[in-house]
Amino acid sequence: MSEKQTKELERVTIRFAGDSGDGMQLTGSQFTDTTALAGNDLITLPDYPAEIRAPAGTLYGVSGFQIQFSSHPVHTPGDEPDVLVAMNPAALKVNLKILRDNGIIIVNTDSFTERNLKLAGYETNPLEDDSLKGYQVFPVKITTLTREALKDSPLKLKDKDRSKNFFALGITYWLFTRSMDATLDWIKTKFKKHPEVVEANITALNAGYNFAHSTEIFATHYRISKAKKRPGTYRNVTGNEATAIGFIAAAMRADKELFLGSYPITPASDILHELSKYRNYGVKTFQAEDEIAGIGSALGASYAGDVAITTTSGPGIALKSEFMGLAVMTELPLVIVNVQRGGPSTGLPTKTEQADLLQVLYGRNGEAPIPVIAADSPADCFRAAYEAVQVAFKYTTPVVMLSDGYIANGAEPWYLPKIEDLPEIEIEYATNPENYSPYSRDPKTLARHIAIPGTPGMEHRIGGLEKDDSGNVSYDPDNHDRMIRLRAEKVQKVNDFVKQPQIDGPEKGDLLIVSWGSTYGAVFNAIEEIREKGKNTVSWIHLRWINPLPKTLGKYIHNFKKVLVPEINMGQLLRVIRAEYLVDAQGFNKVRGLPLNTHDIVDAIESQLKG
Amino acid sequence: MALNIQHTDPSKLTRDDFTSNQETRWCPGCGDYSILAQMKKVLPDLGVPKENIVIVSGIGCSSRFPYYVDAFGIHSIHGRAPAIASGIKLANPELKVFVMTGDGDGLSIGGNHFIHLCRRNIDITVVLFNNEIYGLTKGQYSPTSLKGQVTKSSPYGTIENPFNPIRMALASGATFVARSIDREAKHLVEILRRAAEHKGVSFVEVYQNCVIFNDGAFSELTDPKTKKDHVVYLEDGKPMIFGQNNDKALDWKCNSYEIRDLNKNSNTDDLLIHDESSGHAAAEFALASLHEIPGMPTPIGVFRDDKSEETYEEGLINQMHEVTEKKGKGTLEQLLYSGKTYTIE
Repeated sequence: MSEKQTKELERVTIRFAGDSGDGMQLTGSQFTDTTALAGNDLITLPDYPAEIRAPAGTLYGVSGFQIQFSSHPVHTPGDEPDVLVAMNPAALKVNLKILRDNGIIIVNTDSFTERNLKLAGYETNPLEDDSLKGYQVFPVKITTLTREALKDSPLKLKDKDRSKNFFALGITYWLFTRSMDATLDWIKTKFKKHPEVVEANITALNAGYNFAHSTEIFATHYRISKAKKRPGTYRNVTGNEATAIGFIAAAMRADKELFLGSYPITPASDILHELSKYRNYGVKTFQAEDEIAGIGSALGASYAGDVAITTTSGPGIALKSEFMGLAVMTELPLVIVNVQRGGPSTGLPTKTEQADLLQVLYGRNGEAPIPVIAADSPADCFRAAYEAVQVAFKYTTPVVMLSDGYIANGAEPWYLPKIEDLPEIEIEYATNPENYSPYSRDPKTLARHIAIPGTPGMEHRIGGLEKDDSGNVSYDPDNHDRMIRLRAEKVQKVNDFVKQPQIDGPEKGDLLIVSWGSTYGAVFNAIEEIREKGKNTVSWIHLRWINPLPKTLGKYIHNFKKVLVPEINMGQLLRVIRAEYLVDAQGFNKVRGLPLNTHDIVDAIESQLKG
Repeated sequence: MALNIQHTDPSKLTRDDFTSNQETRWCPGCGDYSILAQMKKVLPDLGVPKENIVIVSGIGCSSRFPYYVDAFGIHSIHGRAPAIASGIKLANPELKVFVMTGDGDGLSIGGNHFIHLCRRNIDITVVLFNNEIYGLTKGQYSPTSLKGQVTKSSPYGTIENPFNPIRMALASGATFVARSIDREAKHLVEILRRAAEHKGVSFVEVYQNCVIFNDGAFSELTDPKTKKDHVVYLEDGKPMIFGQNNDKALDWKCNSYEIRDLNKNSNTDDLLIHDESSGHAAAEFALASLHEIPGMPTPIGVFRDDKSEETYEEGLINQMHEVTEKKGKGTLEQLLYSGKTYTIE
C-alpha cells in the first residue's frame, strides 16, 4: 500500500447519480447526515425523476443527489459538482455537462456494458475514448467488488447487487475522511428485521471504504474542517420536515391541537407523512379524498377551534382556490402550504419552480387578498410555518406559505431555537354573548371576533355570501365595497406585526436586487462574489412576505438606478413590482426545474451594471 | 379540542330556542318548510346543548337551511359541506354536526365527498333534500332526475340515468340509511330523530316537492288516493305490508322481492321480516332498488341501522391515546431536540 496524502479543502460539491432504483437518494442522505454530524455546513439538492422505477439504464431514469459542504457558510447546493459518482453510463452522460473542469469522476465500470452504453446514447465507451479528457477519472468495478465482498452472504445475487450503493458510499467516506458510525447505526435500525441485509450493507460499506484506502487508484483523500457556525445545537433537516415541525411547535405554543387536511401530491406529501407520526403531540392528520376536501376539512377544523393547515403543490392550489375564497370571506385562520413544482399542469412534479406566485396572490374569483410568506431555505421552513400560524390567528385570515421542491427536499443544518425563544401564540375566542356580532373587529388588526362552536350563547351563522358587520347576509352595494376594502386593509396590516426585511448594502446605488423564496442562497453567493470584485453599488432585498409587500420597498426601489429581480419563473414578482412601483425593473429568469446558479446571477448583475 | 366550559342545560330547550331571527325565504309551499319544522322538533330532544349543534350546508335551496336555525352554522360552497363537517367533528367530537344538502349539491358536485363521508363513518347526520331538480339555478335536471324528464336543460328529455341515493349510501358504507317524505311530518320527524341519535354517519333522503320546477314529482306517494298502493313503510321486526286495505306484502323469493296478494294468501307468518341491522347486502340492495321496478312500491323508513361500527373519530382518538401511551406525551423540547442532533461549541 502506498503512502496516502491528506489534503485540506474548504468547499466540496459532490453528486451521486445512478438509476432511480440504485438507491442514490438514500446514499446521498446518508452522506449528508454524516457530513452534518462532522460539523460542516451544507445544503443538498435531491434531483430525481417522477417515475418510481424508470427503466434501468435510461437517461430519463437517472436519479441524482447533490450536496455542497464546507468549513465555511454554505448557501446553495453548488453550481458545478467537484465530484461525480456515476453508477452507470446514463448517469455519466446526464451529469457530465455540469461537472467542473478537472473534476473527479468515480464510475462503476461494471455497468458500462454495450447495452447500457447504447441506452445512454453512447456510440463508443467514454471510458475508452477521449471524451473524459480534462477530468480525473477513477474507474472502479463496484458491482464485481461488492459481489466479491458478499461472497459468503446468503442473499441472492440480485439482492447482493442492491448493496453496491453502500460500496460507493464507503469509497466517498474514505475520500472525505468521514466516520462511518452514523450510517452503520442507521443500517442496523433500518433493516433490523432482515439481519442478512444489515450484514450485507455493512460489509459492502466497509469493503468500499477499505478498497479506497488500499487501492492504488486513490492517492489523496480530503479533509474539510468543521464550519465556524454559531455555537448551539443543530439538526440536519429537510424543508418538508422543518415545515411539519414548525406547525406542531406553533400549535403547541398556542396550546391547541393541530389539524392537517391533505391529499398526497409531490413534492408536498412528506409534510403529511411527517405530521402523521406525531399523534402523541395532539396532531390530527386527515388524508382527504381530494385536494378540495383537504382544505375543506381544515377550514372546518379551524372553525371548530384547531390550528388548521392544508398542504399541497400548484395543481392542488388550483383545486383549493374556491375554498381559499371561502376562508377569505369567513375570515378564518388557516395556513395553506404550496410546495411549488414545475408547471403548468402536471409539469415537472419532482422539480422545483417559483411559478405559482401569481396563482397564490391572485388566482381566485373576486377580490380575495391572502397574505403570502415564502421560506428561503430548508431550515427556514420552520420559522415560516410558525410565523404563518401567528399571522393567520392574529389577523383571522388564511395565509399561504410558499416553499418549493428544492428547499422541501433539500436539507441543511438547522440551528435549533431555544424553547423559550419561540414567541408566544395567544389565541383568544369570543365568549361574551352580550352584543356579540361575528363580524365585529379588533380596531388595531381588523381581525374579526371568532366564536367557536361549543361556546354557550354565541350561536351564529357564517358563510360565503357577502355580509354586513352583524354577520347578516347583505346585498347592499356600499356595504360590499366597504367589506372588500376592509379585507384588503386587514392584509396590509400584517406589516404592523411582521419584521420588515433589511436592505443588504447601501440604501442608494446603481442596482437593487429584489428576490424571494428559495433563490436566497444563490443570490447571497452572487452578491458576495460581486462585492469581492469590488462592486459596491449593488444592494439586495430578499422578501419574506410578498403580500403585503414591505412598507419600505417602494422607497428603496426608487433609490436605485436599476432593479433586477431573479426568479425561477417568467417574471412573476417582477410584474408585481413593476405594477406596484411603476419602475422599469428587469428580470433574470431561468425555468429549468432547478435552482438558479450563482454564476448566472453574477453574470446578470454584471450585465445590468454594464448596460 | 373540547372546551373547558360550563354548557347550557339541554333539557330545557324547546323548538322556539332554535328559531333564528332570519326570515325564511323559500318559495311558498316548498317542501323545505316541512323539513325545517320537523328538525326544530328534533333538535331540543337530542340532549345536546344548543351551542354544541353545528349545521353545515353547501349551495342550493336546501343549503339556506343554517340561516333559519339558531345554532352554529356554515353556509359554505357548492358540494363541500361534508368536507367542512368532517373537519368540525374531528376538531371537536363533542359537537353534533348536521349536513343539509340537496340532490345537486350532495350527489353531483359533492358526490365524491358524500361517498367518502359514508365510508369513513364519521358521526355526522346528512339530510338530503331530494326534489329531483335544480331549484336555485332555476330548473335544470339533477343527478336524480328521471330519465326522459323534460327540464330547462333537457327540452327533449334527459338521456342520463339517475342516481339512487339510498343505494349509493348503502354501497358507500353509511351505517344508518333511511328515506322519508316532506309531507309525512310524523314519519319524517321520527326518522330525523333516529338519524340524529345514531352514532356514526347517518343518511336521510327526504323526498321534497319543488313547487316551482318539479311540482308533483312525488304526488303518487303523497296523494291519499294513491299512496297506500305506492308506499311501503319499513318497520323493524315487522313484515312489509302495504296496499289500500293492507292487502299486499313483500315476499322474498329467489333473491328478489315479489308482491304477495294477501287476499289470495292471507298467511303472513312466513313473510320476510324487515331487519334494519341484518347486513344482508342482497336484501338491502333489492329494497333500495325496489321502486325502480314497475309496479313495485317505494319503501319509506330505515333501510340500514348498523350500530356495531367504530366511528372515525373514535378510531382517531383511540390511536392518539395509544401512541401517547406508548411514546409519552410529546413536548416542545422533544419535538425540536430529537433526531440526530449535534452541538457546535
